Amino acid sequence: MARYILRRLAFLALTLVLTSLLIFVITQLLPGDVCRVILGREVGEAASQACRAELRLDDPALVRYGDWLSGFLRGDMGLSYSTDAEIGPLVAERLGNSLMLAGFTLAIAVPLATGLGALAALNEGKWLDNLISVFSLAVVGLPEFVTGIVLIELLAFRVGLPANSSIRPGTGFFEALPSLILPALTATLVLLAYIARLTRAGVLEELKQPYVRTAALKGLPRWVVILRHVLRNALAPTITVVAISFGWLISGLVVIENVFNYPGLGRLMVFAISRRDLPLLQGVAMVTVLAFALANLGADLLYAALNPRIRVGE
Amino acid sequence: MAVPLLQLKDLSVAYRSRRGALRAVRDLSLEIAKGQTYGLVGESGSGKTTLALAVLNYLGKDGYIESGQVLFEGADMAALDEAGLRALWQGGMAHVPQNPFTALNPSMRIGEQVAEAIALNSEIDAPEIETRVLDLLAQVRLPDPARVARAYPHEISGGQQQRVIIAIALGRQPSLLVLDEPTTALDVTTEAVVLDLLRELVRDRDTAALYVSHNLGVVAGLTDRVAVLYASELVEDAPTKELYRQPLHPYTRGLLDSVPRLGQRKDVKPLQGIEGQIPSLTDLPSGCLFAPRCPLAIDQCWEERPPLDHPTPDRRVRCHRWPEILAGEVDAGRDAVEPIQVEDYQPETILTVEQLDVQYPIQRSLADVLAGEPARYVQVVDQLDLRIRSRETLGVVGESGSGKSSLARALIGLVAAEGGEVELLGVQLPARLDARSTETLAHLQMVFQNPEEALNPYLTIAESLRRPLRNLRGMSYAEAQAMVPQLLESVRLPAEYARRLPGQLSGGEKQRVAIARAFATHPDLLLADEPVSALDVSVQANILNLLAELQNEHDTAMLFIAHDIAVVGYLADRIAVMYLGQLMQQGPAEIIFDPPYHPYTEALLSAVPPPDPFVKQEHIRLSGEVPSAADPPSGCPFHTRCPRFLGDICVEQEPPWRETQDGKAIYCHIPIEELQAAQSPVLRFNGEGD
Amino acid sequence: MTTTTNPDLASESAAPVRGQRWLVSLRALLRNPAHTAGLIIFILFLLIAIFGPMLAPYGVNEQIVEDARQAPSAAHWFGTDRLGRDVFSRVLLGARDIFSLAGLGTLVAVLVGTSLGLLSGYRGGLFDELLMRFFDSLLSLPALLLALLLLGTLGPSRQSVLLVIIVVYIPIVARVVRSVVLSVKTRGYIEAARVQGESSARILFREILPAVLPALAVEAALRFSYAIFLASSLGFLGVGVQPPSPDWGLMVKEARDNVSQTPWALWFPAGAISILVIAVNLLADGLKTLFRVED
Repeated sequence: MARYILRRLAFLALTLVLTSLLIFVITQLLPGDVCRVILGREVGEAASQACRAELRLDDPALVRYGDWLSGFLRGDMGLSYSTDAEIGPLVAERLGNSLMLAGFTLAIAVPLATGLGALAALNEGKWLDNLISVFSLAVVGLPEFVTGIVLIELLAFRVGLPANSSIRPGTGFFEALPSLILPALTATLVLLAYIARLTRAGVLEELKQPYVRTAALKGLPRWVVILRHVLRNALAPTITVVAISFGWLISGLVVIENVFNYPGLGRLMVFAISRRDLPLLQGVAMVTVLAFALANLGADLLYAALNPRIRVGE
Repeated sequence: MAVPLLQLKDLSVAYRSRRGALRAVRDLSLEIAKGQTYGLVGESGSGKTTLALAVLNYLGKDGYIESGQVLFEGADMAALDEAGLRALWQGGMAHVPQNPFTALNPSMRIGEQVAEAIALNSEIDAPEIETRVLDLLAQVRLPDPARVARAYPHEISGGQQQRVIIAIALGRQPSLLVLDEPTTALDVTTEAVVLDLLRELVRDRDTAALYVSHNLGVVAGLTDRVAVLYASELVEDAPTKELYRQPLHPYTRGLLDSVPRLGQRKDVKPLQGIEGQIPSLTDLPSGCLFAPRCPLAIDQCWEERPPLDHPTPDRRVRCHRWPEILAGEVDAGRDAVEPIQVEDYQPETILTVEQLDVQYPIQRSLADVLAGEPARYVQVVDQLDLRIRSRETLGVVGESGSGKSSLARALIGLVAAEGGEVELLGVQLPARLDARSTETLAHLQMVFQNPEEALNPYLTIAESLRRPLRNLRGMSYAEAQAMVPQLLESVRLPAEYARRLPGQLSGGEKQRVAIARAFATHPDLLLADEPVSALDVSVQANILNLLAELQNEHDTAMLFIAHDIAVVGYLADRIAVMYLGQLMQQGPAEIIFDPPYHPYTEALLSAVPPPDPFVKQEHIRLSGEVPSAADPPSGCPFHTRCPRFLGDICVEQEPPWRETQDGKAIYCHIPIEELQAAQSPVLRFNGEGD
Repeated sequence: MTTTTNPDLASESAAPVRGQRWLVSLRALLRNPAHTAGLIIFILFLLIAIFGPMLAPYGVNEQIVEDARQAPSAAHWFGTDRLGRDVFSRVLLGARDIFSLAGLGTLVAVLVGTSLGLLSGYRGGLFDELLMRFFDSLLSLPALLLALLLLGTLGPSRQSVLLVIIVVYIPIVARVVRSVVLSVKTRGYIEAARVQGESSARILFREILPAVLPALAVEAALRFSYAIFLASSLGFLGVGVQPPSPDWGLMVKEARDNVSQTPWALWFPAGAISILVIAVNLLADGLKTLFRVED
């Protein structure tokens, strides 16, 4: 197992180097002068020069990449071009908010969705299954900004939940909770359908396996067969699904945060884009990717822990 | 008479499907007495698996009993509620399915899975359960039960997995074992060990067994009675010895005539396959279901479904003509296939293989590469020398992992050999297929194992047949198209098949097309890699005869690869026995079944279950597992399992090739004379036989 | 409880005769009401996209100032927005907008992705290795993140959104195609084709491509639905298609500020996006069942 973890860690490092390179390339090396992009065309030579000097555009690209990456590793992401603030603390604070929202969402969505998915599979073809299937097919197609707005219209004013987040730096979880509910519910709706569908497929696949017959023909009660044999094996692929949905959540949150004016990474990112703040954009992107990659690593390790074929073999 | 243990009364079983009910078993009656072993023989589509599942009352959500009854110890199983059924599964009957690997939960330790089966019907505590688990694993003769109990299914071999399944079945001390092709997924030497175990367990515990199999050999050696199923119906039922001595149904006769006995040869006693194929359950003939394929069918057979008669109190048969067959007035094997004779010719060597090495790299992760771990290989073919002469058939026999398929793939160039030389008709062949000339491709062709994959499902039969003509014989589209009917005719398929897609053909028909395609370029050498192993017995015989016939017609030499030594012996002129990437023995086919043998050949012959209850067979069993080709044994590759192991010399030195006077060569440290003195013929035939 | 496939019924599968195949497929698709609904709605939207300009009573940005902020009525079926634009006309014309944007993006991504996937899967070796590592790192960025990164540099515009769709979906399509190629490549009939001297090009396009098509059809439908999703999300965030174009996502964003006064200006475009995406998803689901494509 230790070997496996080490290998996954090496792989993680490699992926991160590649993605950081990619982020850097996309944001820095696209055709045209980055300062032109940032400042617009009609800017004077002097301002352009100052910008170039500040971004050290006259240094070789590889040197800049190296500096940027080593800075990132030390937690120093430079200054935001539009606000002159340190990027590091800003991103850290927003990351905290986003993770709070994502965590809260997963805490609701995962047990609910896997439960529903398993329930649908065990009742394959019956009304409950059809209901869950139709519901998830419908919900999976709704863009988050639509579900978000619908929830605001339906719930915000009637139940008294805030449609706009009131989270400031230093706000604790329970203080923030009312602001979390609607965005988390929006994200849950979409995730729910997705995870439930895949869980259903996974459980159905396991139900078809001959070992289920072996277990049933031992004379075990049905619930033992389901719990001990079917669900245990269906769990591993479900975890992968959850990890993937975490990645989905990160991007889904960009929209949701903007619907609810939630001060997370996603809104910071849209802010960076609208201000053409490339250093900020890089920082946000890199942190998001890191979070995503770590979630994947966690899922891989958990998967391996549940699946002896990977743990021992390979 | 006491109540039989299991009684099936006019049982019909159907499946719900989109196209209505599919009746997989119809009007079937059967009785199994306590302690009796009952064989159930049939080809795919006969309904035998359905019957086994119906006996267990585990038909899945689409299957149901349409009419009739299953009585276990006199009680109707349909009347059982869920608890009653569970109680029955806990103590009454147990199931051993075909594929042991998928039948075990992949993420649960073996011990836990066995414990589940015993902890249910007894109030015992944990240490006692553990003792019982280890005891059960020991009873099925698993080496080191404690280690196996801690292992996961993928960590033990297929033979061991099947023994675990048997242990699970025995854990509940059932009075009836339902065995559904329990050894089909295993190699023959492993199969022999598992069959011994089953035979012993059934005898010692007085357990009854319903043994479902397509393999006439396995059934012959294991059962008291045999029922033959055809297209959902029981066609014949008799005590095992009587059934094999005098089959009364033409289908039974056809099945027995379709399997080669050890030592049966194409030029002496050709196989008689059954024409046609099993009908679809949605489109059954109205009279006798077998009439369309029966050599004895008369008008009555087409019109009237035959009743199940009792020719003797002990036998049942569903045929209008059994009285004539019993009296010997007609013979279902009458229109015999002509022996396939090869005229005299001057053989010359056309293929020379020297020091052939085939390796597969073991995948290394990037981390391993960075850590400087050396690349590792699986040596599947190891320094192999081979010669094939014009127009002869060289049979290569070996179990899985012997490297026989890799040998063929390396010769054809689908895998590039790591070392060694291959010379065809005096021309040295490049290792890779892409580097070979059109001419070489035309000279050397191949028939693949799995007919389901041999033809592109998206191309018509005509297009599949045109391609070699266009590519390798330089024909125009029109010329190639004009050849298609002729090619189809050469493999006895109607010309209108040209327009069909492979999905509309049966497995046997697909393999015929594949054979026609391979012969289309008039190859000098044909590689046939297990061409019949995926086919039903009755179809297999016709394909084997077809291969021999076309080979004769085209003056083609053939490398025929199979795991079944009887099949190889039937078709080959010379036979090579392969183990762990090396040849163990080679020589003329006629004398492979006589001593002296290589100890591995001897064990192989002893393991094959002969489709004949009257054959006496030496009892030699191999212990242990086939070593990994990633880490092959030193010296003689067979030394880890050899029953005639000499000592250090086998471990330390590679054995010499020793030759007999009649041209047999054996790769062994034991001198020929000593082998000859120590070995007696593995098979001795009583009564008839060639 | 479900059981494993019964070997007794293994040979009982119906293989449609060539030529009838498409008819049989269509009939199978229509057997499921949800899939049928998806197909019908999709065709309806497609017709709207094609004939929208003929049907729309008003121009896209035609402002009828005196009619501003009107609730749905006979004159303005979907009402009018804050600026007095006819919401019905804008929703109709938005269909063409989204079809051309998402459709073109999907088409290019599918074509390029399929070619790369075929080549990479069949050739293998270093080319495959490098391309796949590159795609892996692209895919290790969540799709919307990658889209935002690109937009951040390219600047928000219709062309940027098109490019984003293409860049984001090429690796996904290529992976799907490649995985099918890898599974088909080792089939007996491909090996037989090589033994019969077929050229690589013919093996790729005549022997392998037909096997890829079912999975590709499903993938294309899914990509199209996500492309609509992505384009309208970007529109909503204000970093995609820019005003005053009748992009549905953009319309939702613009109407949000006045949701209490002109809720219809928000709900109709929002509804249009949802219905179209759900319909295409249903269609993809239908294709998946039809062609027995695994997830």
